[in-house]
Order: sequence, then structure tokens, then C-alpha cells
Amino acid sequence: MNDNCNHCAGLDRSRLLHKAIAEAGKGLPAIEPGMPTPAGTGLSRRRFIAHGLGAALAVYGATRLDFRAFHEGIAEAATAPPQQVLVSIFLEGGADALSVLSPQGDPLYRKYRTSLALAGGTPLAEDTRLYWHPALGGLQQLYGEKKVTVMPAIGYTHADQSHFTSRHYWEVGATDTRLNTGWLGRYLDVVGTASNPLQGLSLDDTLAPSLATGKVPVAAITAPDQYDFWSNRVWGEVQDRMLETFGLFGRQPADPALRTAGGVAVQVDKLRNQLLPFQGQDGKPGYTSPVTYPTSDDDFPKKLAGLAAMLGAGLPLRAVAMSAPGEYDTHSDQPGALASGLQLTSDSLLAFQRDLEARGLANRVLVHVWSEFGRRAEQNGSNGTDHGAAGVGFLVGSRVKGQMVGEFPGLQSGLDDDGNVVATADFRGVYSSLLEQWLGVDAGKVIPGASSFQRTQLVA
Amino acid sequence: MPSVAAYRGRFGPAQAERLLWRAGFGPRRNEAQKLAQLGLADAVHSLVYPGREHFVGPQPHDEKGRPLAPYDAWGHDHLWWLDRMIRTSRPLVERMTLVWHDWFATSNQGVGSQRLMIGQNNLFRAHGLGSFHELLNRVTEDPAMLVWLNGSDNSKYSPNENYGREMMELFTLGAGRGYTETDVRQNARALTGFRNDWKRNVGLTNFRYDPKYHDTGTKTIFRKRGAFTWKDSCRLCVTHPDHPSFFVAKLWSYFVPTAPDAHTAAALQQLYVKSGYEIRPVLAAILRHPALYTGPRMVKSPVLYTAGLLRRLGRPIDTSAWTWLDSMAGQQLFYPPNVAGWDDTRWLDTARWRGRWWIAQYALNPYALDPGKAKQPYDAKKLIHDAVGFWRNPALGPGTTVALQAFARNVVADARKDKWKQQQYPPMAQNALRHLIAVSPEFQTA
Repeated sequence: MNDNCNHCAGLDRSRLLHKAIAEAGKGLPAIEPGMPTPAGTGLSRRRFIAHGLGAALAVYGATRLDFRAFHEGIAEAATAPPQQVLVSIFLEGGADALSVLSPQGDPLYRKYRTSLALAGGTPLAEDTRLYWHPALGGLQQLYGEKKVTVMPAIGYTHADQSHFTSRHYWEVGATDTRLNTGWLGRYLDVVGTASNPLQGLSLDDTLAPSLATGKVPVAAITAPDQYDFWSNRVWGEVQDRMLETFGLFGRQPADPALRTAGGVAVQVDKLRNQLLPFQGQDGKPGYTSPVTYPTSDDDFPKKLAGLAAMLGAGLPLRAVAMSAPGEYDTHSDQPGALASGLQLTSDSLLAFQRDLEARGLANRVLVHVWSEFGRRAEQNGSNGTDHGAAGVGFLVGSRVKGQMVGEFPGLQSGLDDDGNVVATADFRGVYSSLLEQWLGVDAGKVIPGASSFQRTQLVA
Repeated sequence: MPSVAAYRGRFGPAQAERLLWRAGFGPRRNEAQKLAQLGLADAVHSLVYPGREHFVGPQPHDEKGRPLAPYDAWGHDHLWWLDRMIRTSRPLVERMTLVWHDWFATSNQGVGSQRLMIGQNNLFRAHGLGSFHELLNRVTEDPAMLVWLNGSDNSKYSPNENYGREMMELFTLGAGRGYTETDVRQNARALTGFRNDWKRNVGLTNFRYDPKYHDTGTKTIFRKRGAFTWKDSCRLCVTHPDHPSFFVAKLWSYFVPTAPDAHTAAALQQLYVKSGYEIRPVLAAILRHPALYTGPRMVKSPVLYTAGLLRRLGRPIDTSAWTWLDSMAGQQLFYPPNVAGWDDTRWLDTARWRGRWWIAQYALNPYALDPGKAKQPYDAKKLIHDAVGFWRNPALGPGTTVALQAFARNVVADARKDKWKQQQYPPMAQNALRHLIAVSPEFQTA
């Protein structure tokens, strides 16, 4: 990480925090992420919903929704016809588009990337100047099956080079720093219901800003087998008795703060009991997948496996957001870090697609992979790259058209005054097209100034 | 001038304890008893005029015994401040520092320098009980704030409204109260002129006011015209007729969970204006107000909860775990969630309660009894008595007491048939009871 990047320092710390939690978690017993499904567990769907999911949810924007309404909302929504699902996957840090799809056919590429230039591999059928990064075999395979749409220079004009600002623009679907609902959140405000928090599901530690709604509830899920409690030097039946006591804290006098604290303790008690069946055993999740996902210390493949299983169980999801594994803010020593993140992301997405196909769900799910910006054409002095403008994105799924959106503008005439690749497609146009063609709503209700952005046929 | 009501009931250890929670981080051993002996007026006086600071107890260190590196090591900023909360002789100064950290919420997520963040923190500490006008002046030219809300990006060549807007919306007037979008834009012009440099291996540096970048033209703010500068901006906001009501309502909300009645609010506003926008007299009046002693309890924030446990235990900072534990519970110092600060109505949910469970577990770690060796009475009542005594006899309501009794009786019954259980279960039960008390509704609130 280069030290001339003020904003990256914060990015780094935010990651370290997550890492600190994860490492601290290593000291705790039996932490094995994964989401339950009826498959292989012998549970009926009703019990699955009651025991597995509702309980594991942190519900946002639904303070007046009590537990019963919540379960009923899910049950009700689950009986509705299946919805199209959009899965948003974020490459955090600004992925280097010129390595993801290296322009080996551009005469200036090796001049700008003196030590970082990639060589060999497979060119894209649609633009033979561009070569797939060697770690992206999974996406390349799906591209060959017409299941990947490539966006080689996606972004917006006058790209902001702050991680936070640019990411915010992508999350809210507008270049507006004050907008505080996400573009998927506003979509859910149009089509969603007040009783189904699962309609917008964040699969990260915190609620993804793109899912922030103005009206309807959305949820963040943690793996149910991570909801454990224990105490030092208390075990066996004494520990069981101890944990049973949470539920008794609910009997409190009229004081509102005491009642809140007691009430949450009772919720914790319910939740803990509901999740007991899903406490992982021997590191195995409480569901089975029809395909094999990559093995990794990172939870990403497990989250996708769990997501496919949840969709297989008929849960009423509409928009899902999660972060991809890997380190994309590659100011220094770029090659290794970039390759490992891309490899796991791509391999996992291939497995996810095959999983959906095996479950007969592939026509209902579309994956959008994005990053807040690309990186400078000319590499820096630390064998890395600094913040740029246009980035790279993909749409993955059986229903995508598989036709390039925008084009690679070339390094001769396609750079701005700062030496950054200019955008040839606007992310708000892609959002508008997805809303209209995939999610079936008027983009004008979701994206500010939607009519001014060019639409592309994205769905076959 | 209307007067502010003062509490006239009994001021015993229970009332003193509540004051110590609201105006500080909870009592140390015997502290509530000592404070109660002063009586209400002197007790409040001792908090708002605490004298020179000294620290009580051992120096903080990490788990390997190394001193904290608050400017450099990740998470040590949090530990550094938590240590002050635990050991300071001026708890209200630290508490007000926390209030201002929330009021002028600045996150290191955007600043990227623990040194600048701690610099701002020390500003809050030095000026937190003085003049609000002076505090606002200093915050406006504070480097961390200049970075956080783009004050040093705001020049006559390219105005940036970020600070100019939040100054009105979040810091002095409240959203949509007494200002227009034109006022925001004009205020941004008045605030131009701050600059800073960036240097390799140093980072952000040389924060300064450079008149070349200041827009010297005439501005119209709140219908007043002038060639205003940043100091005029601060003055215009503080002397705005809608500022005292905003100030009083916001300050009050940190100490009392129910809004003040109209008479109290008006009296506090008058007190504030007559004093020349001084914080201390308003604060002292709030701390003496009957609503603080007779009103409902407040949910502790995660940091207050952690500092309170450690003060009660007399345990110094000896592990860096508190940073991620408090984050898990929803409050990492120097990282408020956004410009509006933390949401005090959302400290507890199922995930955050679990964070507090681990905070309590870590707090109790060094005190855990070894079930194979420790001797504890095989008697439910005595076990509870000892556990409550471990925490220096806090007042527990009937709901919590019944829960503890049910647990202790069940464990004693479970052990009935086995001799070894009668030896090992009581120490385990003692560990469990201490932990259960630490997460009880009484300990989550004050």
C-alpha cells in the first residue's frame, strides 16, 4: 500500500478491524460459517424458516415489526411467485481493469506497465486486444457459454478518486454525496413489502449501503453457527443452565431502558435456541450443495453456497449484496494480491452458477460484479497502480445477453488528462437497464435522471 | 430570569451512583458513597470544577506488557481514551469529550490519521466545559475536521459546502431550522481560506489559513451582509436565535432520556445566553435537575459499559481486545458511523447484546475461579450473595434476582447426586453468576 494515498489508510484500517474480529474469533470454539437449508438437514421448510433464518437476521428499518409479523411476512412472501434476483458483488478498493482484462493488443500497454504487463492467455472474442487475467478461468469459461457480459470501461465522467466518494456514488446510483438510500434500496421501496426483510439481504458484517431503503425493511444475516455463547470456566450442564437464564431477564419493571435490555435478552435467548440445531459439527455447514465450491479461509464461497441453498429453499430474496474476497487497492506489489482475489472470486462464481443450474434456478439469478473505479494506466514506482477512473465490471448468469457494454477506448486516445482510462459506459445506464429489463420496474422511480442515461440490452 | 429546578430528594449512594454514570463512567470502589457525603450541590460542583487531572491506578499496556502507541498502533487510540475514562480524576471532562466526539462526529475512516484525531480529542478535552462559541471556533480550524468535512478543500476557486452545511445542520441549529440553502452556500464562501499540504512519510501537514484562498467578497448569511470570514460564520451561527434551543435540547439528551419540559428548556436557554454561551452552567443545571434522579434509566453505550465494568473491577487496560470488542458491540472510538454520530436509541440488538456478552467475559477473565481447586458454598443463596458481593452489591431488581435464583437452585439440584459435582459446580456457578450479573438489565443501563 502506497503511503501517498490518504483515503487508503482508512480503507486499510477498516479491513484490519474486520481482521481483528476474525482473528479474535479464532479463539472461540466451532466458528464455521454457512447458512442452513432444509436440504440434508431433515427439517421442513417451515421449521427451516422459523429456526434458521428469521432468527439469524438483523433487521433494518423495521423497528415496529415484531417477531411474529416478521415470520408471517417471510412465510407470506415465500408463497408468492418466484422473483428475479440480483446479486451485487463488490470488488472493494478499485480493481485494476487493465490487469483484469489486459490490453496486450494495445501498443502502449507495455510502455505504461513496464513491470506489471501480463503476457499470453486468451483474448476476448469480442475485442482481441483484451486478454483474460489468468486467474479468471472460471469467468472465461462462462463467457464462452455466453453467460458473461463484459464492461471493460464502466464508470462516469470526472470520476472521483476517493474510495469512499466513488463507492458512495455507485452504492446510491447517483453522483450525489447526500443521497442516503441505495439504488437497490430504492428499488425495494418500489416493489417490496413492509413485512419481508429478506427481500434485501446483505451477506457481509454490516448492511451494504446499496441496500439502504427509505421505507421497507431489509436484513443482514450472520451465519447461524456463529451465534454462540460461553463463559470462562463454566461448562457442561452448568453452562446450559447459565444460558437458559437469558430468557428470564425479560421480567423487568416499567422502566423503558430496563425493559429494552430485558427484551433484547429474551430475543437473544430465542435466537440462541432457534440456532442450536445449526451449530456446525466438524466444520460442516447445515446444508448440502450439489456442486463443489472452492475451499478457502475466506467465507465467500460458503456464502454463495448458502445463498444458492436459500434460493433453493424458496426464500423470498430480491436483491443481495456482498463483498468479493481479495485485495484490490493495489498501490504496491500488485500481481500476487490481485491474482489470488480474482481467482477465488471467479472460481466461486463459476461454482455458484453451476449450483444454480443444478437446482434449476439459473434463469432467476443475475450477478453484477463491480468496483468503485479502475486504476491509472501508468504503473507507479512500487510495482503497483494508483487510483484511476473507469473500471471493469461483469454481469453473470444464464439470462445475460453476453454482449460487451461500452468498449475499451484504447490507451492512445482513451485516457483523460490525469492518465486514467475514460468511461465508455455509465454505471447509471447499466443500473437503469437492469431495473427495466431484469427487475421490471421503471428506472425513473429509482435512478435520479434515469432518462438521460443510455440503455443497453443486457438480458437475453 | 426563570430558574431551573434542582433535585431536593435524598442524595444517597444510589443517586450519587446515577450521577457518576451520567456524568462519568460509573463508580469505582466506594466512590458513590464518598460522593453522596458531599450532598448534591457540592457533588455536581466537584464534577464541573474537578481541578488538576491526576490518574488513579497502573499505566495501561497491551497483553504483552508494552505501553500503548495511540498515534501509531491500530486500535490503540481506542485503548488510550478508554484508559483515561477508567483512570482520570476528572470523569465529567472525559464524558464531555465523548459528548463532543459525538456532537462534532469525526471519523478516522475519513481522516486517516490517529495523530490528528487525538489532536481533536484533546481540543474537546481542553475546551469541553468552557465557551461553546470558542469550542466551535477551534473545531472549525481543527485539522481533523478540516480533512473530514473538506474544510481545506474549500477555496474561493472551488467552494466545498460540506462543513458550511454541517455547521448549521448538525452542530448549531438543527436540520432545516433557521437557515436556507442560500445561507449554506454563502456560509461556505465565508469559510474559505484553509489549506494543508501532503508530504511523503509525513502525510497531511502544514494546516494553515491562507488569505489568498479566501473569498473576500460580500456574503449574505441569515439576512446579514458583510465580507464575512470563518470567525464570522461561527459567531453568526452561535448568536442565531434558533441556536440556544438546539444547544440545550441536544446537550440535555446526553444526560436525561426524556425531553425537558417547556419551562426547564426556556430557563436553560436563558442561562446559556446570559452566560455568554458557556457550557458549564448549563451542564451543572442539567446535572442537578430532578429529571436526572427521578426519571427513567438510560442504556449504556458500549464504551460506557466497558469502562464501567473495568472501573468497578479496578482493572487497568491490560489487553488490546477492548477495541474489537467495543466495535462488535457497536462503538469504536474515533470511528463514529457517520457525520451525525452514534444513534443512542440503537445500542442494543441481538448482535450487539452478544458483543456485550463477550465484553463481560473478557472483563471477568482474570477473576475466573478454577472449578477443580476453588472452594465455593454448595448453597444457592450463598452463591448469589457472593456473586453480588463480587460486584460490590449493586441494586438488582426482582426480575434479575429471580433469574439468578432459578439458575443457582437448578445448579445445586443438578449436583445433588454426585460428590464431585458438589465440589466443582459451585465455583462454576460462581463464575456464571458474576457473568450473568454483568449482562443483566441493571448492568446494561444506568
